[in-house]
Amino acid sequence: MLFSPEDIGAIWLTLKLASLVTLLLILISTPIAWWLARTQSWLKGPINAIVAMPLVLPPTVLGFYLLLFLGPQGALGQFLNQLGFSPLPFSFAGLVVASMVYSLPFVVQPIQNAFSAIGEGPLEAAATLRASPWDRFIHVVIPLAKPGYISAAVLGFAHTVGEFGVVLMIGGNIPDETRVISVQIYDHVEALEYDQAHSLSLLMISFAFLVLAFLYSVQRRQKNSAMSGGLL
Amino acid sequence: MTTHSISKALHVRIEQQRKGTSDFLLDVDLQIPNTGVTALFGPSGSGKTTLLRCIAGLEKKTKGLVRLNDDTWQNHQTFLAPHLRPIGYVFQDANLFPHLTAQENLQFSIKRADKHQSVISYADVIQLMGIESVLSQYPAQLSGGERQRVAIARALLIQPKLLLMDEPLSALDDALKQDILPYLEQLCHRANIPIIYVSHSLDEVIRLADYMIVLEKGNVIEEGEIQTLLGKLGTTFSKYQDASVVITGTVSQQEEKWGLSWLCFSDQTIAFKKGKEQLGSTLRLRIQSKDVSLSLSEHSDSSILNRLTVTIDDMISDPKDPSMIMVRLLAGSTPILARITTLSAHKLSLQKGQTVIAQIKSVAVLS
Repeated sequence: MLFSPEDIGAIWLTLKLASLVTLLLILISTPIAWWLARTQSWLKGPINAIVAMPLVLPPTVLGFYLLLFLGPQGALGQFLNQLGFSPLPFSFAGLVVASMVYSLPFVVQPIQNAFSAIGEGPLEAAATLRASPWDRFIHVVIPLAKPGYISAAVLGFAHTVGEFGVVLMIGGNIPDETRVISVQIYDHVEALEYDQAHSLSLLMISFAFLVLAFLYSVQRRQKNSAMSGGLL
Repeated sequence: MTTHSISKALHVRIEQQRKGTSDFLLDVDLQIPNTGVTALFGPSGSGKTTLLRCIAGLEKKTKGLVRLNDDTWQNHQTFLAPHLRPIGYVFQDANLFPHLTAQENLQFSIKRADKHQSVISYADVIQLMGIESVLSQYPAQLSGGERQRVAIARALLIQPKLLLMDEPLSALDDALKQDILPYLEQLCHRANIPIIYVSHSLDEVIRLADYMIVLEKGNVIEEGEIQTLLGKLGTTFSKYQDASVVITGTVSQQEEKWGLSWLCFSDQTIAFKKGKEQLGSTLRLRIQSKDVSLSLSEHSDSSILNRLTVTIDDMISDPKDPSMIMVRLLAGSTPILARITTLSAHKLSLQKGQTVIAQIKSVAVLS
């Protein structure tokens, strides 16, 4: 058996986490990216910086402050506690929230770039063709930003799969709740189970390769199609 | 003067200030006819495109008034968003949706069109613009001229009450311009809605427009019916070396043997190369001032066919080129401009009110 039941549990949990985080991030990143791509406000710089922070901060720093913020004594923790929710740290829900913060720039930035690249032209044309702002967004912006969305989803998913520091700080190591692949690999190595560590690590390497290969081929096809006129 | 009254329908009063200063980018108060083609003419930077965008509602930071007939689109308290204005807009660079084929671009418009208004049918617009064969292609696969024709079709299929065109030919090279102009001429004659056409090319304006508004530095400096305006001395156009007048008349005679037709206007006739025009139809001819020469007596031994008896209405010397003088002639009530040398004018001792013979070397059929 290549993977133990615990390994399979970790793989399954990782996929569940990454899918949920990607879906939620696409939803909340769309308005953020739209605002960032269109605004003339002085707030653009600071907000851009905040969104990009997870790119440069050590995951342990993020995890540490999220732990304090979400914990029973933290601002959000207390608020959620009053509403009757159980505390987020060391739970799957807490891991989802933390992963969303951690992967936010990887989803916002490709969508933001795609929105900026569209420019005013197609939007103005659609406006003179009686398309309301919402209609323009659904039928012009989203289709034109499709490559950006594909990049965003792939990067957000892959980045969530690869996280370790944040998970360890806020999620701990609870089987089927917070023990994702990267934590499982760490446990195997600690326990000197190098064979199992190899299996999972090679799985991660192949995954990373496939994801990046897909992404670059999408980008290449996009460049070609810009000349031939087709979509993707 | 051939002024028939024009019903004025679009009222535009716009003020737009340059950010943080008191100088105006645009300061106009206009009544634009609700029939035919009105040209907004001027050099680049004169504010003509901005004015068009204000009418469309694409410029948000403007003060003023925009009314079409009884509908107010903009005043001090309302600002109707562009998608609520019954307009069609043709952009300088076509602006087709790159993710849709030509046909899907047209469908985008048809789906959102005004169901109560019928300007043109799908079949008619395809035929008028000659785009049948390119419908399945994406904008990036089309030539510049094809893209612009699809864009015009798309703007018409929204069934607008007013068509706005922003230099639709300026992005095309000369050969393509000559390809697309006939389509535009067709459109301008067939459309039963008012068209506002922005251009910096006098040639296009003369071919397409009925009414003309000249902008300079955000202000209106001339406005009027094109024939009247072109025939005036001292207007912007008479300074041009290719200053021209436009003559409208009816085809009164045709001779297959010589391949010629005659146009009758203000009790005069003028011969031109016979084309597809029909006897009795209305036609516009362009006469360039450099093709008109003057003589004091009728030379029947000249090879020049068109010799009109005219009176000198006015003369003005070219401020840039003192060797040349522009003479405004009246053939009946129709103005004609002649650009001749100052020396000739002196030798012939031309004077206002004098009757002379205008010899016209060539005329061009406009439509």
